[in-house]
Amino acid sequence: MSEELKNLQSDLVVDARGTACPGPLLAAKKAIGDIESGEIMEILSADEGTKSDIPRWCEKVGHEYLGFVDEDSFSRLFLRKE
Amino acid sequence: MENETTLTMEQLQKDLEKLQKKVSKIENNRKDQLSIALISGDMDKILAAMIISLAAAAMDTKVKIFFSFWALSALRDKKKKAAGKDFISKMFGMMLPKGKNKLKLSNMNMAGMGPMMIKMLMKKKNVLSLDEMFQQACELGIEITVCEMSMDLMGFKREEFIDYPNLRYAGAGTFVADAGESAMQLFI
Repeated sequence: MSEELKNLQSDLVVDARGTACPGPLLAAKKAIGDIESGEIMEILSADEGTKSDIPRWCEKVGHEYLGFVDEDSFSRLFLRKE
Repeated sequence: MENETTLTMEQLQKDLEKLQKKVSKIENNRKDQLSIALISGDMDKILAAMIISLAAAAMDTKVKIFFSFWALSALRDKKKKAAGKDFISKMFGMMLPKGKNKLKLSNMNMAGMGPMMIKMLMKKKNVLSLDEMFQQACELGIEITVCEMSMDLMGFKREEFIDYPNLRYAGAGTFVADAGESAMQLFI
């Protein structure tokens, strides 16, 4: 799963590493309008809470949460737009 | 016999209409909406209210914040002044924090050292400042309602509040109506 995610080609990368909670969530919400349905968005976040916030947001709004990959000082979270 | 059948049909139709009305009322009572009664004027509590509001708005929940009593200090614009105040209103104006950046902490205020340290830490840890939070709130369409009665009580005037596009003025009834149809209500 993690290997697959690492090789995933994202249609849009949102770098939210410069903000703490709820910054990454806000960044994701703002950016989601820039991609088409079925496309993949990748969110970079250094905030641990984001790992629980993004899946809950996806669940609520209807996007498909694909999972996350941990890097040294941040995480990459993937989702497919509804 | 035929008469009886029509009667039951009519009865059924009436029951159905009643049910439909009830269902739509229940649905309206559980809107995807967050209503906050924000009473505290402490920096930490206003921060908490704003963070929860922003997170809710990011998750497509409609957010309505009702600013009342001490919380009104956070809506004051330090650059604005209001003329024609009586003595007590002027006193209140002088003694209460002038704007969101002058708020005190509910704990560890230490004569202003606490808020300074929190602001420093927030910056270091990349937490949005209160100014940025209000900016975001405005972009996300979060509605702010000012309690007319507490505004009047404390001698504040509309012209000394911040510029905010969705700023409304209303009474407790508006909050109760909003809260009544919201799936979430908070009192902070």
